[in-house]
Amino acid sequence: MNRPVAAPDTRDIEIERKRLTDALAETWKTPSGIWGALATVDHKIIGRRYIVTAFVFLGLGGVLAALMRIQLAQPEARLLGPDRYNQIFTMHGANMMFLFAVPVMEAVAVYLVPLMVGTRNIAFPRLNAFSYWIYLAGGTLLWTAFALDMGPDVGWFAYVPLSGPQYGAGKRADIWAQMITFTEISALAVAVELVVTIFKQRTPGMTLDRIPVFVWAMLVTSFLVIMAMPAIVLASTSLILDRLVGTHFFNPAEGGDVLLWQHLFWFFGHPEVYIIFLPAAGMVSTMIEPFARRPAFGYLGLVMALIATGILAFGLWVHHMFVAGLPRLGDSFFTASSMAIAIPAGIQVFCWLATLWDGRLVFKTPLLFIIGFIVTFVIGGLTGVMVASVPFDTQVHDTYFVVAHFHYVLIGGAVFPLLAAIHYWFPKLTGRMLNEALGQWSFWLIFVGFNATFFPMHILGLEGMPRRVYTYQPDLPWHGLNLFISLSAVILIAGFLLFFINAFRSARVGEVARDNPWDAPTLEWATTSPPPSYNFPMIPVVGSLHPLWDDRDSLAVANGLRTDRRELVVTTLAAAEPQAREASPRNSIWPLWAAIATTIMLIWSMFSPWAVVWGSVPVAVALMGWFWPKGTPEDES
Amino acid sequence: MREKIVLDLGKLPLYGMGTASVTWWGTLAFMLIEGTGFALAIAVYLYLMNLATAWPINAPPPDLLPGTLVTLVLLASLVPNVLVSRWAEQQNLRMVRLGMVIMSMVGIAPLIVRIFEFPALKVSWDSNAYGSVVWTLLGLHTTHIITDLVDTLVLAALMFTRHGGNPRRFGDVQDNVMYWNFVVATWLPIYGCIYWLARL
Repeated sequence: MNRPVAAPDTRDIEIERKRLTDALAETWKTPSGIWGALATVDHKIIGRRYIVTAFVFLGLGGVLAALMRIQLAQPEARLLGPDRYNQIFTMHGANMMFLFAVPVMEAVAVYLVPLMVGTRNIAFPRLNAFSYWIYLAGGTLLWTAFALDMGPDVGWFAYVPLSGPQYGAGKRADIWAQMITFTEISALAVAVELVVTIFKQRTPGMTLDRIPVFVWAMLVTSFLVIMAMPAIVLASTSLILDRLVGTHFFNPAEGGDVLLWQHLFWFFGHPEVYIIFLPAAGMVSTMIEPFARRPAFGYLGLVMALIATGILAFGLWVHHMFVAGLPRLGDSFFTASSMAIAIPAGIQVFCWLATLWDGRLVFKTPLLFIIGFIVTFVIGGLTGVMVASVPFDTQVHDTYFVVAHFHYVLIGGAVFPLLAAIHYWFPKLTGRMLNEALGQWSFWLIFVGFNATFFPMHILGLEGMPRRVYTYQPDLPWHGLNLFISLSAVILIAGFLLFFINAFRSARVGEVARDNPWDAPTLEWATTSPPPSYNFPMIPVVGSLHPLWDDRDSLAVANGLRTDRRELVVTTLAAAEPQAREASPRNSIWPLWAAIATTIMLIWSMFSPWAVVWGSVPVAVALMGWFWPKGTPEDES
Repeated sequence: MREKIVLDLGKLPLYGMGTASVTWWGTLAFMLIEGTGFALAIAVYLYLMNLATAWPINAPPPDLLPGTLVTLVLLASLVPNVLVSRWAEQQNLRMVRLGMVIMSMVGIAPLIVRIFEFPALKVSWDSNAYGSVVWTLLGLHTTHIITDLVDTLVLAALMFTRHGGNPRRFGDVQDNVMYWNFVVATWLPIYGCIYWLARL
């Protein structure tokens, strides 16, 4: 049934360069105007949108943090009342975890992974567009509710019974639970796209041992998302059912159990930490090479450490529940597994140190953030080993010690590498360099401000200051340190402001970037900055882990792809041998309609269970429009 | 940078079947997501069962008849399902059209029996945690039958249009077959859970 191959003139063989790029640009373009913007499926445009949106949420979450620091700067402050404070710390945590940290890592991957594996678009590009709209809708839902004084106030982990029907009156807990559904749908969609892109769209020759470490990290992370997020979807759905239709999952009076919530939440919530950390670790392993001017030490060790962390991540969740009164043997097991995960983390740290030790270091902003990351993350890791011990954890549970610990691992372990990554890949994203002087200033302000803000929280915690209190009395010994922390936060905020100013300014008037300004070895630097809509005029072929270092004069490429059809190469899973010239879907507005229909259904279902029945009809219609063949060249086979 | 052509991809097919198809892998990934969801829902059942002093809580075990009937229908549906897959592999449009019509009806049959299955649980979702979890398990699986049925209906309609002869569609049919196998396979542990664990 196979039709003959298309006329030779549509393939890129023996065609003049200008005609080739013109034809590809026409086939892969995103038309200008609002309709083009809404219908695009270009992973770079969607990735950029994702990143910008995630940073907007970072800014908003930062404002909430600033409000909390003003409130806590002195005892008995009156800026925020207890109810508003409950909403603010819940919003801060939920926003930072679900709307910033996870999406921003996936966003960077949405942009970079297709470029790094040398393909022309992400797998399932329409799903990618859909996932962004759903993410945006979930974030808008949460923040609109907050603006209407309906923001969730039950903590970012929404423990029952506080969030259950008995204590959580109104719609606040439902807003939290449904925001989860939105962000999980979008995260799961991106995870599927990344797994398939990495499995099947790697460029010919990119065998498993030639995959950049960041791409490996995203593969492991995507599997973590796939295996962990169903737990939180199940949890939030059963919470909504308890609240809406009177089920009894978490009601002990009718055979339910409140600890069931904690198990389900943390079975997701602990891997969540690695869903945020592993991409960051992968970024560091990839970025360290151009700044140490040598390949990363211990590629195999780095990749194995990522995989080991991914597996161990599922055996740790109970360490969040040490004071919940579980059997002793269980506690011991989870102490052991929590300490064991320090081993793969340690392997990575030593590989990075070895790389730096043997390298000729180029002290640009990304490297500063990498070094800042190693220092901060090691401190956070050490307090992690401390709280893995049950007696110690019992002492500091729910105190500021824990707040200090997780900010060290999350900001130190993930935000520092992310900022390094933004400085590093900014030229690829925008075609312009970030200002180096401003970058170094923002690094020092953030590094000093961060440590001065969060290190004293360890001490506050040891002094017994509990988390989530909206104020404290003047006779308690916490005043001085709290004031110091709040003042230090000003330095931290100044650093972030400087970073944002630098990004805004440089995106418009920064120095124009070359294709490969850092002389880096991976494929995303083999194309222009920013890349054209089709990523590569011809698909690169790789023969090593560092293709741009091993042959500095020329780039090995493949020809034979059509220029009038969105075509990319599908290769075998392990050896990356070409299998097919597969089509990649064209732009479509249907993902937006599907996202709007899904949004209506999800919001409506906070109020009536029938929403799921009637609301799914427009969703189904939109999906049909999405998948129905349109007779474009992409349908050919 | 100078480009050096080392490989010609022009002879490759325009579409890959099976493991060469990205949608095949995507379907697999979605099955992994949903499979994890089912496994966790069963874990919740076992957790609550482990906690309860008597199980089922304040209810008799569910009636076996409708659930067993659904199980038999689902198992029997595997025969036409596998045949459809074979016909799709042979790109036999006439037989695939017939098979898709049969599979559409086969998809409706368990839904009809399931209407009787919910009352046969003999407990309401809001009676107690046992009721909540069995209704959720059954509801979760029913959603999967409905989703695959809608997919089968749309695909069956598509096979009768001008797009039907496209080999790409046969790949879609195979993915749909794989997903239905998954819907049947996930039912078996849920069936065991709802009907037989409650009788231990």
